[in-house]
Amino acid sequence: MQTVAFWVLAVGAVGFGVAVFVVDSMARATFALLASFLCVGVELLLLDLDYLGVLVILMMIMEMLVMAVFMIMYMMNPGGLMPMTMVHNKRGALAISGSVFAALAAGVFLTPWPERRGSVPADPTFSVGESIMGPKMLVMMVIGIAILATMVASVVLATDRGRYDRPPGRADGAK
Amino acid sequence: MSLQTFLLLAAALFSVGLYGALSQQSIVMLMMGLELMINGLLVAGAAFWFYVSPGTADGQVLVLVAVTVMALEMAMGFAVVTALFRARDVDVTDDAGDLKG
Amino acid sequence: MGGPVGDPTPVWAVVALPLVLAALTYSAAAMDSAFHSGGGFVAPLREGVRLVVQQRRRTLAPDALLARIGVISLPAAALLAATVIPLDGGSVWEPPVSVVWFNAMEVVAWGSLWLAGWGVNSAFPLIGGYRFVAQGLAYELPHMFALITAGLGAGSLDLTEVAAAQDGLWFAVWMPVAFAVYLLSAVAMTFWGPMSHPVADDAAGGVAAELSGPDRLLFFAGRLALLTVAAAAAVPLFLGGGAGPWLPGWAWSLIKTYAVLALLVWVRGGFPVLRMDRFMTAAWMVLIPATLLQALVVGIVVVN
Repeated sequence: MQTVAFWVLAVGAVGFGVAVFVVDSMARATFALLASFLCVGVELLLLDLDYLGVLVILMMIMEMLVMAVFMIMYMMNPGGLMPMTMVHNKRGALAISGSVFAALAAGVFLTPWPERRGSVPADPTFSVGESIMGPKMLVMMVIGIAILATMVASVVLATDRGRYDRPPGRADGAK
Repeated sequence: MSLQTFLLLAAALFSVGLYGALSQQSIVMLMMGLELMINGLLVAGAAFWFYVSPGTADGQVLVLVAVTVMALEMAMGFAVVTALFRARDVDVTDDAGDLKG
Repeated sequence: MGGPVGDPTPVWAVVALPLVLAALTYSAAAMDSAFHSGGGFVAPLREGVRLVVQQRRRTLAPDALLARIGVISLPAAALLAATVIPLDGGSVWEPPVSVVWFNAMEVVAWGSLWLAGWGVNSAFPLIGGYRFVAQGLAYELPHMFALITAGLGAGSLDLTEVAAAQDGLWFAVWMPVAFAVYLLSAVAMTFWGPMSHPVADDAAGGVAAELSGPDRLLFFAGRLALLTVAAAAAVPLFLGGGAGPWLPGWAWSLIKTYAVLALLVWVRGGFPVLRMDRFMTAAWMVLIPATLLQALVVGIVVVN
């Protein structure tokens, strides 16, 4: 049952991933990517990672909706009503990614993977929470600073008025 | 279901994403390729946690970092596209090669 | 809806869940018509039958697949969210992170509205879809902090355990800010009443402008189902779950769900529609700091 679910979801994840670059409509491409993420989220649930699996589902839905807004904003052919391709060096990209896949797949089957150490804890969510608030706290602090830096940087880059400029006649900043 | 099959899935997702990142002209589509590559990373991290060392939470922390990186990458990417588009009406990578050596 | 924690879910519970959700959703529709339009108990039924037999209106070059996914995913998300809500000590599906699952399923509404607005290839529905994405970005962060505050108070992300942690004092009493923000975001996530800008009249009905026939029925039934699920989730999160004197747990859960649902339905009448950019300012300037302070207070109480 679990094996069947794994293969169905795996084929779904890769298939939707390919669909992202095949479909004409940008809206469909965005939601194909979302479908790929949802498949991966359920794959994580199969690995007993309840929290991370549901987190991937939650975050990716929100992220892809934001993505969709930008896709429609910047793409020339958002609805796919005028078929067109926007690729460069397609053959080279195919060759490179194909050989990368072959190398990775060979590595997957040729590497002697280490034996399993330890067993799955009763509550993996608790263990990850405890570790990021304990021995792995530095990781979370770095992530926190990275998020703050990204927020500041993206606002500075994306705004055309700057922090202290207001529309004329609206000195208080109200809309 | 084994470590190998999960890693194979991760490799497939990574390669599809790599193809997109290399071949797409539009910056937004390129970012979708990058997201797919990180998607593969999520699968690989989770599989290593489950099949190699479930006793410690290292693999889970890695997945958490990857998810965050994905969100940050998208925020920065769109901010850069927006700035680029404002400055010179450009949204494809071929027109933004200023840093080319 | 299932047995006690640990038992496998009986088959009848899986069958009963959609029926219970449908009954509650119908009674929400009936309450709405009784409160606001003076229609009787059968008014929603009449409207539903009318929509089922109505012929679909077509637009030029729609993306029918995406529009269909958008319309169907709304009731589907409500049903999937309902699977984790405990009625009497257990739920149909019991993931250890059911609070997060509920949150994830309710975010599906973002996709539903955007897809339904985009798919029909018409200007006003698209505007409605964008409005809802903006509204979602406004309500989601305070909403998440409210959920996390309840989880923090209970020390668990499992709705059953959150309900069990309130045997002495309801979370609604000592986390009033989180409860108020939760109710507000329940209204916002179902684009209901004052938050109905995505389907407002100034955009000719917004997302729903071009929906007709069975699509329209599914869309608005899904919206009411989501409202019902949000009301039902408030019970284990903030109102002590099935705890109460004399009556069994499931009866108390139902009574409390109906009370919250009646409040949410009543809200639709008396308030003007809020523009989502104003709500965005209020949400980020007032609600996020307020919920963070609430979480801080709860955190201090929990640690001590």
